[in-house]
Amino acid sequence: MPKRGAAALTLTGLALALLLNFRTPSAPATVADGGNGGTSNDSGRSTAGSGSGSTGSSNAYDGSVVDTRYGPVQVEVSVANGKVTDVTALELPNQDRRSANISSRAEPLLRSEALSAQSATIDGVSGATYTSDGYAQSLQSALDAAGL
Amino acid sequence: MGTVVSIDVRPPLVTAEAIEAAVAWFHDVDRRFSPYKPDSEVSRLIVGALAFEAASPDVRAMVTLADELRDRTGGAFDARRFRSDAAPDPTGVVKGWSVDEAVAGLRLAGARNVQVNAGGDLVALGEPSPGVPWRIGIRHPDHADRVAAVLGVRDLAVATSGLYERGGHIVDPRTGNVPSALRSVTVVGPSLALADAYATAVFVMGEAGLDWVARQPGFGGVAITAADRLVWTELADGLLDRAAPVA
Repeated sequence: MPKRGAAALTLTGLALALLLNFRTPSAPATVADGGNGGTSNDSGRSTAGSGSGSTGSSNAYDGSVVDTRYGPVQVEVSVANGKVTDVTALELPNQDRRSANISSRAEPLLRSEALSAQSATIDGVSGATYTSDGYAQSLQSALDAAGL
Repeated sequence: MGTVVSIDVRPPLVTAEAIEAAVAWFHDVDRRFSPYKPDSEVSRLIVGALAFEAASPDVRAMVTLADELRDRTGGAFDARRFRSDAAPDPTGVVKGWSVDEAVAGLRLAGARNVQVNAGGDLVALGEPSPGVPWRIGIRHPDHADRVAAVLGVRDLAVATSGLYERGGHIVDPRTGNVPSALRSVTVVGPSLALADAYATAVFVMGEAGLDWVARQPGFGGVAITAADRLVWTELADGLLDRAAPVA
């Protein structure tokens, strides 16, 4: 896939902590617009796991700590030869039982999925702002810092 | 709720001043448009302390655009509906517009390949390296750290709406119900201001909303249904990466 090794040449990942409050608190109503014509397809979903990556000349990049409603979250992305080789949660919320459950569920997925994201060489993530403030954003900021 | 803006410029690079100007732009927009800052123009507009006619041209333009989108979406996108006395409220389109404008500014400064991502809604101009599209993961509705699909885009805006896991603020004001047919809607198109509003509208419309967005020139979409099916429009069919792991 694309070689994006020359991170030094790319001015990348100015992750700027801004307070942007644009999202409408609630939105809207309805529309009755039916018909068909759009293409719909079923797609099976399966978890793509993957093993740990190679080490070597690897560097670790820390994502910024993001406060979620489950607590602060930070991830570390290890990069070797321009590829993500590992993702580790540096800080996971465990303030209460519910959060602890989320953490224990998220950690292994965090590892396998960021690696599978790398196998698909992701440049960015699109998600609803409402909850993209958690792992995704922290992962995004770590990827930014890694200059991937 | 705060958000983070990432600016990713690939060669040809731009000056640090150009980046700083984009950063200053976002801060300026936040200062003027945030409904959470009591003294912002928009806050004063919403409470009636500022007349529409006295608002700045940017604010008036965004109010007008939001109203236009209300009509265009048949009311599925309607920012005023949740304000007392249907006060003008441009907040639903401001974030997307501010990113569109930031990208335009970077382009004027010489950037040709740039991605600006504001909390999950983004514009991707050009391509990250020659011959390769920007590869944008659609966040998995259950897992913030996973992607459900991958889109390869050039010169497109990508916006996603959804109610993940628990809580959420998108309701159908006619019924008070929370739309439940779709878990996530991602809209692609030539403008993030529009794509963002359309994503909200399609989320309210349900699966038929994808057909609606496919009829908007230049726009397409991908949705994840309540049954965890991935559905998409014809335009999006050309963007989806079938080889990417679907998790």
